[in-house]
Amino acid sequence: MRKKTKALMGMSSALVLSTAMPGMAKADELTLCWAAWDPANALVELSKDFTAATGTTMKFEFVPWPNFADRILNELNSGGKLCDLLIGDSQWIGGSAENGYYVKLNDFFDKEGIKMSDFAEAAVNAYSTWPKGTPNYWALPAMGDANGWFYRRDWFAKPELQAEFKEKYGRDLGPPQTWDELKQVAEFFTGREIEGQKVYGAAIFTERASEGITMGATSALYPYGFKYEQTGGKYDMDGAVNSADAVAGLEAYKALYKCCQPPGYTDSYMGEGLDAFKSGQVAMAMNWFAFFPGLYKDEKVGGDKIGFFVNPKQKVAASTLGGQGMSVVASTDNMDGALAYIKWFAQPDVQKKWWALGGYAVHNAVLNDPSFKVSQPFAADFLVAMNQVQDFWQEPSYAILLQAMQKRLHDYVVADQGTAQQALDSLVNDWKEIFEDEGKL
Amino acid sequence: MIARATPTTMAVRVRGLSDRAIAWLFITPTMALLLAINIFPLIWAVYLSFTNFRANRPNAEVEGVGLRNYQRVLNDPDTWIAMQTTAHFVFWTILLQTVIGFALAYLIDRKFRGHAFWTTVILIPMMLSPAVVGNFWRFLYQPQIGLFNYIVSFFTGIPPSSFEMLGSVTLAPWAIIIVDTWMWTPYVMLICLAGLRSIPDYIYEAAEVDRASAFRQFWSITVPMALPFIMLAVLFRGIENFKMFDMVMLLTGGGPGSTTEVASITLKREAFESWLTGRSSAFAIVLFVAVFGLANIYVKALNKVKQR
Repeated sequence: MRKKTKALMGMSSALVLSTAMPGMAKADELTLCWAAWDPANALVELSKDFTAATGTTMKFEFVPWPNFADRILNELNSGGKLCDLLIGDSQWIGGSAENGYYVKLNDFFDKEGIKMSDFAEAAVNAYSTWPKGTPNYWALPAMGDANGWFYRRDWFAKPELQAEFKEKYGRDLGPPQTWDELKQVAEFFTGREIEGQKVYGAAIFTERASEGITMGATSALYPYGFKYEQTGGKYDMDGAVNSADAVAGLEAYKALYKCCQPPGYTDSYMGEGLDAFKSGQVAMAMNWFAFFPGLYKDEKVGGDKIGFFVNPKQKVAASTLGGQGMSVVASTDNMDGALAYIKWFAQPDVQKKWWALGGYAVHNAVLNDPSFKVSQPFAADFLVAMNQVQDFWQEPSYAILLQAMQKRLHDYVVADQGTAQQALDSLVNDWKEIFEDEGKL
Repeated sequence: MIARATPTTMAVRVRGLSDRAIAWLFITPTMALLLAINIFPLIWAVYLSFTNFRANRPNAEVEGVGLRNYQRVLNDPDTWIAMQTTAHFVFWTILLQTVIGFALAYLIDRKFRGHAFWTTVILIPMMLSPAVVGNFWRFLYQPQIGLFNYIVSFFTGIPPSSFEMLGSVTLAPWAIIIVDTWMWTPYVMLICLAGLRSIPDYIYEAAEVDRASAFRQFWSITVPMALPFIMLAVLFRGIENFKMFDMVMLLTGGGPGSTTEVASITLKREAFESWLTGRSSAFAIVLFVAVFGLANIYVKALNKVKQR
């Protein structure tokens, strides 16, 4: 009887242990979480060097963009141990810092001699600090990014189109410098038949569920003079968010959508925009710089056929910020390993290789290199864009602030409800209510 | 007939436990499970609905806010727009599915040659996953390459890429209604068919003897006798469509704008995108009370019809 009991206990212990084991991180193993996109593949390649140097096995959890925020924020909120390292969106930093999801890295940076002054200032401010404007670091700038544009250089170069455009607008057909020019070029191409296919002017972001239309429309709003507050940190949004300039910017975005977006692109974001361009439906498309290396290599539309340009200015020069910082997740069981990866990743040589593989390094050793601007056809534009980026709220309540903007913009731009002024006035009211609940107003 | 007593051997095996105790022994695990996965979350949601709790702020202090969440939910125009959208969707899908489902069941009940084959064919959409249905209808509705637009174009002469079923404010709600009707009409048909087949032949034979016309037989025999089944189908589809989420999410994501944002999508956005857990709990309770109340009234009406 006793033997039987012992055997049963042994078996049950083994069963319990075997089910518990997968959840326990091995000391020589690290899991890095990020979005599933082109740069993630480059990071897998780069991380092989880390494994070779330290013997640590790297595992990756890449989540498709539309589910990235849902999946990872759920993981953080539930105190999950899936990720040791996280390359999280810039807007998450406020909430993740205040809720204790990320490890504060100041002491670690000091101890290891990692200086934030070695990285581009805009990137450090956007990806690493909370509260904004203070030297409190919660992430290492990992992937610089901004919303940019690409176009069919081969179509733009067609002599008959060049001549027709010059006759109509009195200037050469080329990458637009302003939003007014952007619309003219988009209108010029819309409805034409090129290479046996009806084409459209521009593929822009209209996605409703996550962040798409906000990221797209702010690329028009910022250059037209949209601001989140009249005075930084005061949350005085009236007259800034719904200013005449902001209204003009939103109207410009809707006008571009109405005139020149291909049919069916009413809920489109990164993937759909890339599809529209690669399938030869559009002359121009907006998207994140992160995709540009892949586009340039594309056999069908890359190489000589593609050109790139920075987001057009209007009243001011501005680009919508993308990109992410790399953070250590506070609930990790492998803190030393995670910090070791950060230390390794911050090295100038690793950053140079990161850029060479297709990642957007923002280390000054890369950006200030004299050969940087000519290293890729979009490198110079990337530098320009990173010097004029503006970001969405990075507040702890960013998710609800974003959802409010998604709704108001989509209602106006895609669903044709109300005017731009009404949309932005409603947005101010939504945001005021949120900040009142937060006790900030 | 007299019920047999529990055999003595059984009583010995359970060491003298009474029948009632044995019954409790069997029912307790199920009860515990039900309490844990149904009743406790409900009570917890009721509690959360009176707080400012946010699931993405585990360290923040949870404070009671009284009826504020309910006040905000009920005073929010977006809530009522979502409820109207849901009502529009529920009304039209049920109407179309009931009419078409009953008509199909009536035809299939004629038992023509090959009726078994056609029954199986009609049932296919119902057997598919809503995720699959949502995805392939997205392609069918694609204005440039979608089959749906080409079929409409073929019959009407309207250029296929001149209208967008999922991107137009006026067409998007109907696009979803078409897909839901296509998928779930077979289900209604199946229930109606069961109702039609439950009508004894002798009633029709008696009506024939009384020289009742086919139309008279349909209205005086077929419809009243199949009515409880039809009402049951309406109840099932009503509850299902009131909480419809997956198909709408896949087809339009609630757009364009908020045109097709049914209540369950609004709820999901508040709970898991905006992380307003307290407020979304209040919204969930409001929806629960609405569905529970309506379903109760309906079941009472159904029972009355059955007792006629």
